[in-house]
Amino acid sequence: MFVPFLYELRRRKVPVGAQEAVALARALSLGLHDSSLDGFYHVARALLVHSEAHLDAFDEAFGAHFRGLVPPRPAEVKDELLEWLKDALERQFTPEELAALEQRDPDWLMKRFEELLREQQERHDGGNRWIGTGGTSPFGHSGAAQPGIRVGGPGGNKSAIAVADARRYRPYRSDLTLDVRQLAVALRKLRAFAREGVDEELDLEGTIDETAKNAGELEVVTRPPRRPNTRVVLLMDVGGSMDPYAHLVSRLFSAASKATHWKELRSYYFHNCIYGRLYTTEGFSEAIGVDDLLAACGPHHKLIVVGDALMAPYELLQKGAASRGELLSGLAWLQRLAQHFERSAWLNPEPPTSWRGSTIEAVAQVFPMFPLTLQGLGEAVGHLTRGRTARRA
Amino acid sequence: MPEFQRFQGTARYLTSEALQAAVDCALVLERPLLVKGEPGTGKTLLAEAIAEGLGLPLLRWHVKSTTRAQDGLYVYDTVQRLYDSRFNDGDVKDIRKYIKLGPLGQAFKAEGRVVLLIDEVDKADLEFPNDLLHELDRMRFRIAETDEEVAARQRPVVVITSNNEKELPDAFLRRCVFHFIDFPEAELMKRIVAVHHPDLDARLVGQALEAFFALRKLPRLRKRPSTSELIDWLAVLKASGVAQLKNDQDLPFLGTLLKKEQDLAALQELRAGVRRWG
Repeated sequence: MFVPFLYELRRRKVPVGAQEAVALARALSLGLHDSSLDGFYHVARALLVHSEAHLDAFDEAFGAHFRGLVPPRPAEVKDELLEWLKDALERQFTPEELAALEQRDPDWLMKRFEELLREQQERHDGGNRWIGTGGTSPFGHSGAAQPGIRVGGPGGNKSAIAVADARRYRPYRSDLTLDVRQLAVALRKLRAFAREGVDEELDLEGTIDETAKNAGELEVVTRPPRRPNTRVVLLMDVGGSMDPYAHLVSRLFSAASKATHWKELRSYYFHNCIYGRLYTTEGFSEAIGVDDLLAACGPHHKLIVVGDALMAPYELLQKGAASRGELLSGLAWLQRLAQHFERSAWLNPEPPTSWRGSTIEAVAQVFPMFPLTLQGLGEAVGHLTRGRTARRA
Repeated sequence: MPEFQRFQGTARYLTSEALQAAVDCALVLERPLLVKGEPGTGKTLLAEAIAEGLGLPLLRWHVKSTTRAQDGLYVYDTVQRLYDSRFNDGDVKDIRKYIKLGPLGQAFKAEGRVVLLIDEVDKADLEFPNDLLHELDRMRFRIAETDEEVAARQRPVVVITSNNEKELPDAFLRRCVFHFIDFPEAELMKRIVAVHHPDLDARLVGQALEAFFALRKLPRLRKRPSTSELIDWLAVLKASGVAQLKNDQDLPFLGTLLKKEQDLAALQELRAGVRRWG
């Protein structure tokens, strides 16, 4: 009976397959779930989910799939309502109040809840009627009304559906959030090692070879230890249409500058498009010519450009769009960069659905473009670490 | 229904339903248990608790950035053998003398069932988990030098912890039972504190918890304090004889809770802001 549930999970991009199905079947046949839905929730979650990034999708799927099997909860809980309930009030109840909260009929509760949801227009904390926190109304959370409906919010030992509905793992979704640490984790994959520096490590093979050549007299050979050997050039678009993403870009920057597994990180700023010059500060006070940069960096540097690539077409295509006398168009500068580096990637904070039909499309012809999400960053890093491929125009 | 040994936590390690279910799954299906979670939520302690709860010996394998999968199985001490052969020390014909089993090898060779902790698996190289796939799956490996096979008599209970510094490979994840340790909520935290500091004044604990959760809610902290820091802080409070925390004063021994300079600065700023506006 759980097979349709697995397909529900797959629809929500939780990678489950036959291996998980067999494991779950074994666990269930051994009675690990104690023949209860709560037990099933915990067992299934332990076996089907392999990363906290999928926990939220699992909760969603669980809620959607099993809602029919247990008493239904009100179909739609407004997000604002959940917001109100987030910070619960602490309140002590008198014995009289507690006594007043007697057993109630579930149907009555459900009907009343939906009525209230329609009626209630504002936040409410600590009362006995409305949906809110810390009150004696049977609706809401952190209240003392035991036979009631919990609406979101942190809870203790609640039923599996309620736990699933709480959606506590939303912050861990990989397609939504990006904090510095997650970015740093994603960037960590961008690394390579080379042997350089002082001989400190015993080279076993070399020692054996040399000892054999030396007619059995021990000849110890050492070699330099492996050291990180990735060099990264990071170019960031700031200002203008990038302002809404400034926060995101600054987080990416702090993750990149914290990365200790790179041999070198050069970061520069530009505005809108690259025209011959890049800036070493966010305020565009110190500049470096693109040609100087290319001279200083070999083709083995990995180039990461962050920008929305959104501009008026003439800014990309016309010569001298940024300053009079400029001999190359923005596009030509971008091509020069893309051709110099063996591996480059463009991270775009605009959602991929809006890429078609604008200058983004033209820039994506020059640079392999990835969305600036955790997943996109992972793909970009994967692209950057792969070997040399045919260069795009 | 066959009976099996269930994990209930121990007197000093409190579990949740979800964690127990995950441990039971790992025990019954004989798969490695992968534990993730914020630093300081007791990932490593879990292995100790499982060992204690089930009465099994615990083997630890602390993974470092230079650890290779091979190190966990066995190490062939060639240099020692070379030296011995040169100076005619001992019998160098017996290769077995120079093969030292690693933690995984010891776990397989053990007489009975053991708990094996592979701590901070994400510290090692990206390929490290992949190199262990076969050994963890089959619970056996072959020592190439002696052509001897080491096979587990009883499959060890393997607990793997990860701080999420690297993504683990999918093939590895598929073979593990996964559990994400949530940060304890106030109620559970109170019980955890009671386990560690049973004789502490209830009012002080209440105040400390309040201050602790308020600190965790601060938006700008780089490293939010965790359970282990709270326990340490309470120990310091107890040792220094602080009887109660005052609301309008700076928290004593803040350094045990906040470890980053920026965080302390951010807190100062916030407090200054509150005073100015509040």
